[in-house]
Amino acid sequence: MVFKHDVLIVGAGLAGLRAATEVAGKADVALFSKVYPTRSHSGAAQGGIAAALGNEEPDSWEWHMYDTVKGGDYLSDQDVAEILAKDSIRAVYELEHLGVPFNRTPEGRIAQRNFGGHTRDFGAAPVKRACYAADRSGRVMMDTLYFEAVRKGIKIYPEFNVMDLIVQEGQVAGLVACELATGKIHFFHARSVLIATGGYGKVYKVTSNAFASTGDGLYLTYKLGIPLEDMEFVQFHPTGIYGLGVLISEAARGEGGVLRNNAGERFMERYAPTIKDLAPRDMVSRAIFTEIRQGRGVNGEDFVNLDLTHLGEKKLAEKLSDISSFVKIYLGLDPVKELIPIHPTCHYMMGGIPTNTHGQVLDLHNNPVPGLYAAGECSCISLHGANRLGCNSLLDLVVFGRRAGAHICDELKNLSWVEPPPAPESATIERIRRLKERTAGDKAVVIRQRLQEIMTTECSVFRHEETLKNALTEIRALEDRYNRVSIDYKGDRYNTDLTDALELEHLLALGEAIVACALARTESRGAHWREDFPERVDEEWLKHTIVQKTNAGVSITYKPVSITRFEPKPRAY
Amino acid sequence: MEKQFRIFRFDPEAGGEPHYQSYTVSARPEERILDCLNRIKWEQDGTLGYRMSCAHGVCGSDGMRINGVCALACQKLVKDYADSVEITIEPLPFFKVLKDLIVDMDEFLARIASMKPYLIPAEPPPEKEYLQSPQDHKKVEDVIRCILCACCTGACPVMRGENPDYVGPAALVWAYRFLYDTRDGQFTSRLEKLNEPDSVWPCVNYFECTRVCPKEIPITKSINMMKREIKKNLPNPGGE
Ligand SMILES: Cc1cc2nc3c(=O)[nH]c(=O)nc-3n(C[C@H](O)[C@H](O)[C@H](O)COP(=O)(O)OP(=O)(O)OC[C@H]3O[C@@H](n4cnc5c(N)ncnc54)[C@H](O)[C@@H]3O)c2cc1C
Ligand code: SF4
Ligand code: SF4
Ligand code: FES
Repeated sequence: MVFKHDVLIVGAGLAGLRAATEVAGKADVALFSKVYPTRSHSGAAQGGIAAALGNEEPDSWEWHMYDTVKGGDYLSDQDVAEILAKDSIRAVYELEHLGVPFNRTPEGRIAQRNFGGHTRDFGAAPVKRACYAADRSGRVMMDTLYFEAVRKGIKIYPEFNVMDLIVQEGQVAGLVACELATGKIHFFHARSVLIATGGYGKVYKVTSNAFASTGDGLYLTYKLGIPLEDMEFVQFHPTGIYGLGVLISEAARGEGGVLRNNAGERFMERYAPTIKDLAPRDMVSRAIFTEIRQGRGVNGEDFVNLDLTHLGEKKLAEKLSDISSFVKIYLGLDPVKELIPIHPTCHYMMGGIPTNTHGQVLDLHNNPVPGLYAAGECSCISLHGANRLGCNSLLDLVVFGRRAGAHICDELKNLSWVEPPPAPESATIERIRRLKERTAGDKAVVIRQRLQEIMTTECSVFRHEETLKNALTEIRALEDRYNRVSIDYKGDRYNTDLTDALELEHLLALGEAIVACALARTESRGAHWREDFPERVDEEWLKHTIVQKTNAGVSITYKPVSITRFEPKPRAY
Repeated sequence: MEKQFRIFRFDPEAGGEPHYQSYTVSARPEERILDCLNRIKWEQDGTLGYRMSCAHGVCGSDGMRINGVCALACQKLVKDYADSVEITIEPLPFFKVLKDLIVDMDEFLARIASMKPYLIPAEPPPEKEYLQSPQDHKKVEDVIRCILCACCTGACPVMRGENPDYVGPAALVWAYRFLYDTRDGQFTSRLEKLNEPDSVWPCVNYFECTRVCPKEIPITKSINMMKREIKKNLPNPGGE
């Protein structure tokens, strides 16, 4: 059977959904998701979405833009940050009009709260900029857009795993996907493909990300020779539940929660005297690690405490109820009375597929690949720079998801139907056959767990040439072992044994890219902290990293940062 | 600690009959049931099929029957079953099994979609946001916790018994969500939809749905409130 749509969107998280609803009605669009669409990880977002509505106190988009750029340690492209900050207000009203049940101020307007790194008057004091629906902001936004997609009659392929992208003579021709329910492999012919596959936190051992966050979209393009950008910038969120990595949103500190070390000291006062516990995530995560390393972890162990006890039962129930229930279920603790043990958890990937402000994917020479788009966490539009601010991701998804959708509609008239090669699905079928035929060899889990350990010990919050080199050697050895990986289940229906093994190939390649880029950048900026090079060096390093896959490993080049309004300054809070 | 699991297996492709298979896993008391399933699949038997993604009770993937009660495998811990010699894991009842613990969700979502789970405002939107008081927002605060996990629908005795065409508790939660959203303009037509024979009326207050909902949504109470709303506002309440 031949499947044919003008536009294919890979990923039904918020980025994919927002793009799809923009295209619907203007062109024939289909959405793919490897998990049931409503299971996409955007639904896990807790804290909120940033917009300078000024509902609680005066605010302006310029301050928001400045915070985004400074939060990104000046690696954010400022033209992009400007689009985001200006468009945020329209974007949030649009969500509200579609039905997102935001919390309200006494006047009936959208309620807003504090969030890390969001300030007034260019850094003077924290500002209430995060629009929220309790601590399930992502879930309600995603459900709203999902049912909007259903209402618009958008064709959805649920539980279809996209495994290959078909590009002919430099232009998109379609994709190859596996229908998980049957194991059948199909080719989908299209004029345009948008990749919105989300993050890849599963490269690390402890993460707030879902099992599905395996970076498939990045690997689809990377293996075709399209580069990746700024891969060394990995965000560790300060407050993951100790041992599990399940997220306690920054909203907990936005509502007044504080971090304490073994002596009960509110240690962030020493690291960020002005905004304290609401400093950006990279700084807070480093502070926590420093406390632990200097022997101030609680009970001599590798965690510190998050203290919400002074917020009171009512506030916890009304504004942080999901979080409270996570703490109760998984730790057996009552946050009203007890301190919560936390440790930084891998949370967000600033790096990804390079795009311009229309979402067009850029090749090594910075030229758009006709018909190919990316949006959301898998993309690197160079908005978040070296460190993303909380609540700026959900905003990124709806602002740039929409822009990508709109640009696709404009471009379609210039995009012809490219003839696919004969049997475009054959490479995918062959890849699966090889895995199924192999009888002896490591199980994927063994290699995956080793990769996750290496990444966590050698390439997380603190980095050093020695540990990074170690990691690179180890990962390459694992890649070699991967060639002998084998699976138990040889059947077709819902073969998650097979998908696990396939996803591991992505994780290994992305792990290698992260480490190689981290090794090359001999300075410290945002989330990338080199103990052997602890200074930010703008003269040499104010530039984006571009990494490409080669037969010998990877090759790394750089491209300039766009600076329009704010000259780089030392970053203090 | 060693824990015994007895897991429902069915693979229509292999042509076999449904059966149960036993596994032994070593697990700490504070680990999730999902962690145990993962260990079984990753280390012992890659053929086991189940869905999961977020692993902390927000995506709704892993609704299943654990020792006879519908629940999320990622929200139940090994210690919750300390008294059981063996933990029995089965797919959600009522749903068609596609493989092992994986069930067909299409019909479930179609029934929710039949409730028009989106805002249909009476007036075009204002320049800024619609105004809504915190009290009005509170009316939907409980139901917006729904994660579409289907535990309630699997647990409902009416669905499994006398009326498989009953729209089910989850669809009614979504109906409630928009019926009481003050920004919506379809109160009467939504009530009329709810008054159809397979809508609110088949519910006979077993409270099973409320008991199993992992998000503690007062489902039965919400259904009863909609029944009263119909009686108050429509000339022909179907339950009479
Ligand atoms: C716990 C948590 C809390 C967060 N809180 C906030 C917050 O409060 N505010 C904020 O701004 N940001 C927050 N973030 C970040 C933000 O939620 C994510 O960056 C964002 O949701 C990513 O959305 P996305 O649309 O890019 O991808 P996702 O929502 O991850 O969706 C990815 C989609 O791609 C599909 N997919 C992937 N691979 C394939 C494939 N091979 N074939 C087919 N489909 C595929 C998946 O099925 C899924 O539908 C949070 C993140 C986490 C983890
Ligand atoms: S209360 Fe109604 S919907 Fe809930 S289980 Fe009972 S009959 Fe089913
Ligand atoms: S109402 Fe509760 S049990 Fe039912 S689908 Fe929603 S979250 Fe699940
Ligand atoms: S895996 Fe997401 S709810 Fe259990």
